[in-house]
Amino acid sequence: MSFSRLLPLFVFLVLLGGWESLVHLQSIPPYVLPAPSLILTTLREDWTLLSASLWVTLRITALALALATGIGVALAILFAQWTWLERSFFPIAVILQVTPIIAIAPLLLIYLDAETAVLACAFLVAFFPILSNTALGLSSTDHNLRDLFDLYGASGWQQMRLLRLPSALPYFLGGLRIAGGLALIGAIAAEIAAGASGQGAGLAYRIVEAGYRLNIPRMFAALALISVAGIAIWLVLDFVNRALLGKWHDSARQRS
Amino acid sequence: MTLLSLSTIGKTFANGTRALDHLDLDIARGEFVSLLGPSGCGKSTALRIIAGLERADQGKFTWGDSKPDIGFVFQDPTLMPWANVFDNVFLPLRLKGVSHAQAQPKIEEALARVGLADFAQHMPRELSGGMKMRASIARALVMQPKLLLMDEPFAALDEITRHRLNRDLLNLQAELGMTVIFVTHSVYESAFLSSRICVFAPRPGRIVETISVAEPAARTEAFRLSAPYLEACAKASRALEAAMEGA
Repeated sequence: MSFSRLLPLFVFLVLLGGWESLVHLQSIPPYVLPAPSLILTTLREDWTLLSASLWVTLRITALALALATGIGVALAILFAQWTWLERSFFPIAVILQVTPIIAIAPLLLIYLDAETAVLACAFLVAFFPILSNTALGLSSTDHNLRDLFDLYGASGWQQMRLLRLPSALPYFLGGLRIAGGLALIGAIAAEIAAGASGQGAGLAYRIVEAGYRLNIPRMFAALALISVAGIAIWLVLDFVNRALLGKWHDSARQRS
Repeated sequence: MTLLSLSTIGKTFANGTRALDHLDLDIARGEFVSLLGPSGCGKSTALRIIAGLERADQGKFTWGDSKPDIGFVFQDPTLMPWANVFDNVFLPLRLKGVSHAQAQPKIEEALARVGLADFAQHMPRELSGGMKMRASIARALVMQPKLLLMDEPFAALDEITRHRLNRDLLNLQAELGMTVIFVTHSVYESAFLSSRICVFAPRPGRIVETISVAEPAARTEAFRLSAPYLEACAKASRALEAAMEGA
């Protein structure tokens, strides 16, 4: 492995070492700032509780992302086929996107049970990048290729399946990578709102709960798990991106 | 025998640009006709009207007997970057509902004709500019069209590749007996390839002169040094200059 690849890990370890030294040298109490070693110990000791919450958050994030993908792509296809539909419904999608999810979450918690409300919040923030990117991709098809398909008498469905959807794939995957991170953020934001009302079981709820108990090391441990979950989602989606585009698209090709 | 006929064709785009005005053109079966002119003079629009990709808003466009199968080659190779060469050439047959198994021999034949038999599984990005254009020509030939429309297909290629593809194109036309309408802004290319050169004047596009090129049985590189070729070049250059001055 080259030095440049190890560099981020090295920097991360140096920062953790500095943090650990600062806590010990300044004798900072754990309820103010716990040392990384204490966070690691808490993670090990509370693993049963935290891993169950991690599973809840990941399950909701994955479900929200799957729903956002299915509904976002389906709507983008409909918008591409009928522009009046796009003109009618796209503004609603924009309104949902620009309204902060933290403001929507308390309302949803009134009408829905906690888990469904969290799922709805994660879906709402993940949905827009997929819809807008896929719609952009579907409308950015090479005009000469469209002429070629017209020349050979391709039906609308053939154009969609053989030309417009493959053309839109890089755009869709770009949107999916953004949506993956946003789904997690949406789930966390909604869990915090749910946690404030005493409901929930996800990682953010554990943060709220630990905050009420001044269990700061557990707050950091839960936060570390959220970061790891975010990185894992990004890596999985980056792998999917490379697997689907690596053979043909410049964005996924390595320069020699 | 007339293949197609354009009579007093006019075309104005939505932005008000008058692309074609009173365009008259008859094409006989088996001809190789070049539409020669500067950029923006309506040559490509005329080609697109023949292909059915644009509609004329004046005049009359008729086919001799019936509309033949048409192959179209664009200025860019216009390959699907996500599909390999085989699947790109398969496209016209696939759109007509031909199965993969039925299409395979036709695709292999088309690729062999353009010298890409060994590159069927390659992705477009793995090909040179000339090879991409060959793949594009193979795709146009796989339907065995009676009419091949080419819109400045070799404009972006280097001189040596262009000369090689010019020779290959003439061989293909002779083998398959196609009619070819070839848009170009190169006087030399039009003189080498064509039996007839139609010189376009710009704004609005129209044919101002038609030049017949004397026919040797087979055109080789030696034709580029022959008197008929040089004479056609000189005539086409003069006509082009006159068209530009009159614009």
